[in-house]
This record gives sequence, structure tokens and C-alpha cells, in this order.
Amino acid sequence: MSEGIVYWLQQILNALQLGSIYALIALGYTMVYGILTMINFAHGDVFMVGAFFCFLAATYLGLPFAPTLLLTMIGAALVGVLLERLAYKPLRNAPRVSAIITALGLGLFLENFTLALAPYPKHIPPLLENVSWDLGGVSLSSLQVIIIFLSLGLMFLLDYVVHRTPVGMAMRAISWDKTFVPLMGVPVDLIISVTFAIGAGLAGAAGTMYALAYPVIDPYMGIMVGWKAFISAVIGGIGNIRGAMIGAFILGGVEIMVTAFFPSTYRDFVAFTLLLLLIVVRPYGILGKPRTQKV
Amino acid sequence: MTLLVATQVRHLFGGLCAVADFNLELQAGQLMGIIGPNGAGKTTIFNLITGVYQATEGSIRFNGTELVGLTPHQITALRIGRTFQNIRLFRDLSVLDNVRIAHYAQANYSPLEALLHIGRYRREEQRIIDNARRLLAIFKLEHLAGETAKNLPYGLQRRLEIARALAIDPELLLLDEPAAGMNPNEIDQLMEFIQWIRAEFKLTILLIEHQMKLVMGICERIKVLDFGETLAEGPPTAIQNDPKVLEAYLGEGPVG
Amino acid sequence: MNIALKYCWNELLEQAWLVPVLLLIGFGLAFAIPEYNWLNKYIQLVLMYIGINIILTVSLNLVNGYMGEFSLAHAGFMAVGAYTAALLTMKVLPVAAYPVLFPLAVLAGGMVAAVMGLIVAVPSFKIRGDYLAIITLAFLMIVKSVIENIDYIGGPRGIPGIKRLTTLPWVFFWTVATVWMIRNFVYSKYGRGVLSIREDEIASDLMSVNTKRVKFLAFMLSSFCAGVAGALFAHLLQFISPRVFDIIKTTDVLIMVYLGGIASIGGSILGATAYTALMELLRPSTMAALLDWLPEFVFNPLNQYIIQNLGVWRMVIMPLLLVLVMLYWPRGIMGQREFRGFIPRRDRVAHRRLNDPGEKP
Repeated sequence: MSEGIVYWLQQILNALQLGSIYALIALGYTMVYGILTMINFAHGDVFMVGAFFCFLAATYLGLPFAPTLLLTMIGAALVGVLLERLAYKPLRNAPRVSAIITALGLGLFLENFTLALAPYPKHIPPLLENVSWDLGGVSLSSLQVIIIFLSLGLMFLLDYVVHRTPVGMAMRAISWDKTFVPLMGVPVDLIISVTFAIGAGLAGAAGTMYALAYPVIDPYMGIMVGWKAFISAVIGGIGNIRGAMIGAFILGGVEIMVTAFFPSTYRDFVAFTLLLLLIVVRPYGILGKPRTQKV
Repeated sequence: MTLLVATQVRHLFGGLCAVADFNLELQAGQLMGIIGPNGAGKTTIFNLITGVYQATEGSIRFNGTELVGLTPHQITALRIGRTFQNIRLFRDLSVLDNVRIAHYAQANYSPLEALLHIGRYRREEQRIIDNARRLLAIFKLEHLAGETAKNLPYGLQRRLEIARALAIDPELLLLDEPAAGMNPNEIDQLMEFIQWIRAEFKLTILLIEHQMKLVMGICERIKVLDFGETLAEGPPTAIQNDPKVLEAYLGEGPVG
Repeated sequence: MNIALKYCWNELLEQAWLVPVLLLIGFGLAFAIPEYNWLNKYIQLVLMYIGINIILTVSLNLVNGYMGEFSLAHAGFMAVGAYTAALLTMKVLPVAAYPVLFPLAVLAGGMVAAVMGLIVAVPSFKIRGDYLAIITLAFLMIVKSVIENIDYIGGPRGIPGIKRLTTLPWVFFWTVATVWMIRNFVYSKYGRGVLSIREDEIASDLMSVNTKRVKFLAFMLSSFCAGVAGALFAHLLQFISPRVFDIIKTTDVLIMVYLGGIASIGGSILGATAYTALMELLRPSTMAALLDWLPEFVFNPLNQYIIQNLGVWRMVIMPLLLVLVMLYWPRGIMGQREFRGFIPRRDRVAHRRLNDPGEKP
């Protein structure tokens, strides 16, 4: 293969890896927004907490990959539900701003609390034997394969749950209407908690994979990754699950392209400028629908 | 003198035709009613006149000025006041502030004068507060000036909304279902009240209403809409006996 | 006891003489303290931080409280003001002319920040709520990464060695000037317009309020004040970098706004003062001094631990405080009420927020 094509295939692979991590986190943002029309700004930090759970399970419990992933997802899901029950639920009927501010506060709390307990960056032990294959110049590691396919698997599973199961139907019902759906016998509180659990669990999975790919973790790692995932959700149309996945791969692609041509410090600038322009031009994203206000 | 002229106004929501070939001629000082079943496009016409929606086609002229293309506050500043079907007061603000806000276009001072409380600011603010108080006194709301609007009983909220609309110093007042939620007794009072403000403020009034009693009782002309189209227009007696109107309202018509 | 306190508090709010008297005392102290060295340098520093935070809080309250939008951009405007003023004093203005030109540098910081305010103000004509919050966030991040990518202004390393030109009298002057302007703005047709936009934008437009113009002015004024605060901040801290003005800085100001109570100038002043003082109190050095001053046996076993770890836990307490305020005290200290002295005489009747504690949240 020519050098150019190899280069691009390599970049596409990198974009897929980055995109799938963004996508897993973006799903949590978009699901919570879909059901509560609330931006859960603490979600990026749930991802960070997931990475730390992964560190705990791998280092102190010495667990192999599969149980570590499972434990991390459960742990992160618990954190997500805890946040929802303790902080967001009491504010459900408060002004919308209260919930946003609370979410910001909780995010900072998670960061600084983790920092207080773990003042130094942590190293994750290699949980998987990393094999690299050389496909005509394009190097493909087993880690990349696992990250991409596991993420895609989780996304398809989620898509199935949301579109094909009673729980998913209840979620979609609540996102349409919060006044009458409870009267139909849908346990709204439970479904909302389940939504948070799933979203946080996926963020936990993303935390594990991120920690495997970039094995030094610190309490502030969730901020930028979280915002990027959030941008992904907005690109796809926040509230729309399939949109979040598409948005994540678009943003992953854009970021990899930017770093290919410009200094890597331009990455955030491009990502946030993209966000700004997108909101001005098409705030409801690629798959979202515009909402109109009635007079 | 003709105050408001709408010619061939057409408004589409997506592909749906909400208002089709709407024509209207309103003489200064006239009190006209628009009636029609739900979804007939009545409120849409108010929204087109006041600039909330832009007409897809056609022209609306007020005192010779073309309204299509202007923004709501520009149109309002030309002295068109309106109320809303479901009350839209500034709920968390005081009664007095509700009325004072509607003086925005009349308050003649610059941002700099506002920032430093100098120049015309004092005189203008005094004039506004005096006028607002005068209006509240006329509407017997003066003792509630400092009360939060949402704490007012429903009837007083309706009254405050009209007071707010009059703070614009309108030539034309648009009333969107002023009798909604009122019992027959209250409707009688409202009819007198509308007649009275019309005389007192020298208003031209266009109103939307479902209550036939009110419409037939006070309107000089009535326009009947159905599915965005004009069904009939004329004085109340003519409308009452118009077969097309009876059909739309009562579903009467030739059997078979 | 509680009722008596509440009564006193309500009475205090009603005293129109309170604000002018405090202003006079503050004026005297602002000049007397540095002149006669009444308080130690550290407390003087804290007083200046309080002043700067008051400017930030009152100006953010204009957008987040009075207008009911949710802006996260405040630290970004602050950064713009700080960098503008710092570059002026370091690279443009002659050293000899500092005493005269410093206010001009601060003013320029505010002006440039106000122009930047347009980037947020223009989208706000069409976009509201969550999406506007995202725009403000994007603005903050963009400002940060632009600064990081310009080597001339130090890039990610920032600008060290800024002259310390911010003094207590200057902080006092700018605090009073900006708060006074915002207060004047709030009690004008534009201020009422801002409130009506929060309540119902469409109805506001239909009541002749030029909503675009009002938003434009409110955002410009708010970002101007943030720029002024940034300029003062830069010449007090003597070092600025993009990291100083990140989302945490905005969160600080948000806490002060909501702690004090939205749509209340008095609330913002109290919120900024209380929060700044509390955060300084939780500094290890302050706490150490305080514990030293207490009889030794009271805290002895804990003493060392607290001093060593407070720095970290302080940052845990801060966001937790914000969450607790939101959950249990959503109305904040003032709950939209206002000191009578802040309200122009003519507006006092209309101010339903005055003395309205009976309303349930």
C-alpha cells in the first residue's frame, strides 16, 4: 500500500478508538437529557471515577480484565444512581438552573474528593496482553480491537434495550411526557434511576477502556473528555441516542484530523469552535428535531 | 378612516395552511369580533398582526404602515396593544412593574442616561410611574401595586393584562378571548367594561371570543373563520342567521 | 430567638440609611487601612479579593439572576480583561505614568471584555436556556485555548511579573462604580426589560420591549464588569495564566451568586463577602493562625492533621457547599429581596421582593 493510504488508515483507526470512548460517555449525557432535559455536567467525572474503580480493582484486588470491567461498570452505575437520588431527584421540580448548577458542583466535588484521596496520578497495570499486528504497514493492536468492538457491542446492546424492551419503552415514554405517563402505571422514579445507572455504567466502561489505552489516570482527566463527549452528544442532537454515537465518531475524526495537520494544542479550540458554530446554526444537531414554542 | 387593512394574508405552518386569503378592514373606532371553532386560525391572525409570526403572503397595513416584516416590539410601538388567550403576565414581577414594562417604547432615554441615572432618566421615569399609577387607579388595582402578579385572583389578572396592554397607549387593542373562564354574570360586567374602556381610551378593538353572548352583545361587525378561511362577515344579526355559520357551528345542513 | 433574629434582619433590610452609611464607612476605611496599616497585609489582600469578587458576582447576577439565563463565560470575560490590562501596563504604557494610567488600563480591560460579550450576546437573541449555557461554556473554553496558543502572551505559561498596581482604594472605587452602574441599569427601563425577558420573552417583545437591545446591553455591561474585575485581579495576583480563568473560577462566582440569592444586588454583595471570607478561613495558614490563638489543649490532637490536609479538603468543601445551598437553601441569603437603600425611592413601591418573606419557595 502507498504511504498516504497507510497513514490515513492509521488515522481512521485512531479516530475510531477515540470516537468509541466519546460515544460511550456521550450516551450518558444524551440519555439523561432525553429523559429529564437536564445536562448532567457531573457525567464526565463519573467516567473519571470509573477509571479509578478500574485502578482499584486491578491493583488492590488483582482482578483480570473481564471482572474488572464488570466491577467498574457496577461501581460507576452506583455512583450515578447515588448522584441522582441524593442530588437531582430533590430538584426535579425546582428551576432548571438549580439542577445544572448542582451537576457542576457535583462534578467538582467528585474531582476534588478523588484528589483528596489520591493526590498523585495512578498507573494502571496492563490487564490485557497487548498484541500488535502489522497489516500492510497499518499497525493494529489487540487493545484497539477490544476497545472498538466492545464499545460497539455495548452501543448495540443499549440501542436494543431502548428500542425493543419494556424498560426502553418506558424511558421513551417518560421523555415524551412527564405528567400523564406516571398515570399509566410507569414507575417513573425507577426508570429515571435505571437511566442514570445505564449511562453511568457505560461511562464506567469508557473509564476502563480509557485507562487501558492511556494508563496514567488523574482526578481531572474527566473534565476535558467529558466536555468532548458532551459536544458529541450535541452534534448528534442531544437526547437522541443514535445521534450521540454518530456525533462521537464525527468529533473523534475531526480531532484526529486536527492533530494530524496542526499542533495538538489546537484540538480543544477546534472542538469548541465547532460546538459554538453548530449551536448557532443547527442547535438540535444532526438527528434531533427542532422544538417550537407555542404562542 | 380605515385603521387596519389586511389583504390576501396567507400563513403556512410547514405545509399546513393556518390562514388563507384573509382580508380585513377595520375602521377607526370600530369594535369587531372574530369568531370560529377551535383551530380556525383566530389567534394566528393576532400573531400575524403583532409580528409573532411572519405572514407567508399578503400585506397588513396599520395607519398606512406595512406591518409584515416588522418585529413585535416595532409593531407594538406603533400603538397596537394585545392580551393573550391564556394570561401571559410577568408572573413573578409586581403589578406596577407589569404595567411599567409596557412603557418601554415610550420611555425616551439612552442606555448611558440609564446607567448613570442622569439627564432625561428622572423625568421619564417619573412620567412612566405616574402614568402606570393612573392606569392602575382606573382599573382599581392601585392598592395592589406592589403585589406579585401571580398572587392576584384570576379575574384581576385578566384586568391587569388589559391595563398592561393599555399602557402601550394603543390605538388598536386586540383582545384574545377576554371572557375565557368567566361565568355569565362576569361576562355581563366584562361587556360593560369593554364598552367603557373603548370610550375612555378612544380605542379600536378587535376581539376573539367563543362566548356568543359577548360577541353578539357588543361587536358591531363579526367575522367568522373556519379552517383558516373566512366564512362570513357582517353585523351580528346577519351572522346569526347566516346558514353557512350555522352549519359550521351546529353541523346543520342538508341531510344526505 | 430565631423569630427575633428574623425580625431584626427584616428591619435591617428596611433601613434606607444603611447603604449610604456603610458606603461612607467603607470609603473612609479604604483609604485609612493602607495609610495607617491598621490590618495586616494578608487581611488587606482578602479585603481586595472580596471587592473583586463583589464585582464579579453582581455582574454575573445580572445575566444569571435578573435575566434568568445561565452563563458560564464569566471567567472568560475576566481573562480577557486581565490579559488586556496586563499587556497594557507591561508592554504599552510607560512605567512613570502608572498612577494616572492604571485606571485607563482597567477601563480598557473592561471595554475589550464588553466587546467580547458580543460573541455571547448575539447568539442569545435566538438561543436560550441550555443551549445558551453551552455557548457560554464554549466561549470560555475558546478564550482559554486561544490564549494557550499565542506565544506572545505567554501561551500556557501565562504572564508573570505584572506590577502590583491594585490597591484598596482602587478596588473600593471600582467596586462601588460597577455596582452602582449595574444597580442603575437594573432600575431603568432596560432593567425591567431584562426581568420581563426572564419572565416571558415573547410577551415582553409584545409589550414593546426591544429584547435584542436589552440583551445586548445586559451582556455588554456584565462582561464589562467582569473585565474590570479581571484587570484588578491581574494587578493584584501579579501573575496570570489561562489556568487561572478556568471553569472552576466561574463555578466560584456561581456559588457566590446563588449563595447570596438571585436577582439581588445586596445578596450578591453578601454572598461574595461570605464565600470569600469562608474560603480564606479554610486556608491552612489561616486555620493554623486561628488554632494557635485558641487554647492549645482544645484542638491539639487534630491541629496538625487539619493544617496539613485542609488545603485539599477545602476544594472538596467548596462544591459540596454549592450543592447543599441548591438543595436546602435555593433562595440563598436574600431570596430576591433587596436592601432598601439600593432601591431608588421611586421604585420602592414596585419592589415586591422587599419584605416578602412569607412566600414559600
